[in-house]
Amino acid sequence: MIWQLDLIILLIVIICGIAAISIRDLLGAAIMFGAYSFMMCLLWSIMGAVDVSFTEASVGAGVSTVFFVAAVFRTTRRTRD
Amino acid sequence: MESLATFILTKYNYWAVIILLVIGLYAMIAKKNLVKKIIGMNIFQTAIILFYVSIGTKRGATLPIIEHAYGDSAHAVHAADYINPLPHVLMLTAIVVSVATLGVALALAMKIHAQYGTLEEDEIQEKIMESEPGSTSTSG
Repeated sequence: MIWQLDLIILLIVIICGIAAISIRDLLGAAIMFGAYSFMMCLLWSIMGAVDVSFTEASVGAGVSTVFFVAAVFRTTRRTRD
Repeated sequence: MESLATFILTKYNYWAVIILLVIGLYAMIAKKNLVKKIIGMNIFQTAIILFYVSIGTKRGATLPIIEHAYGDSAHAVHAADYINPLPHVLMLTAIVVSVATLGVALALAMKIHAQYGTLEEDEIQEKIMESEPGSTSTSG
């Protein structure tokens, strides 16, 4: 585990998480959540959990983002917080 | 004092886990929008998965794939050279469960939007109050 890379990606993960819950647009929040999941996937491949990493890349960053975008297009993009 | 500072700073993975858990819990409790609540739930789940994967790491260890496994006859496996793969396998299940709960939660949110025309929790509460004039409940 390369700790410098680990620390940088942990910071990016936290920033992406805060951005995903504070953007006032649900489509933007879905995209930020996809970025969060992809950074989490990079973090796990750094920590040596390669099986978790590619499951997260396909399921977390792929299918979850598609679900969120589909749900936002079928409902509304408007949010008040 | 020095040793306490290094003890705290070298556990930075666990500090990140705590921060992510608090972000997810805050989004689930304080945000009014249902999709924001679902995003908070997912952040909470991934924070727990990060905690378990952090438990399995070792300093100076490599990926949990045994070298010279086939063909070589009897040899001892030095367990300290490999990352502990048991938390990884457990968390593989947790990722699949999390995407299943995400699908169910988004389907429920879409049904709620079809019924009430909004995703904001307080507006849904007002519409429920309007449709039930005798009700005096103020929960939520």
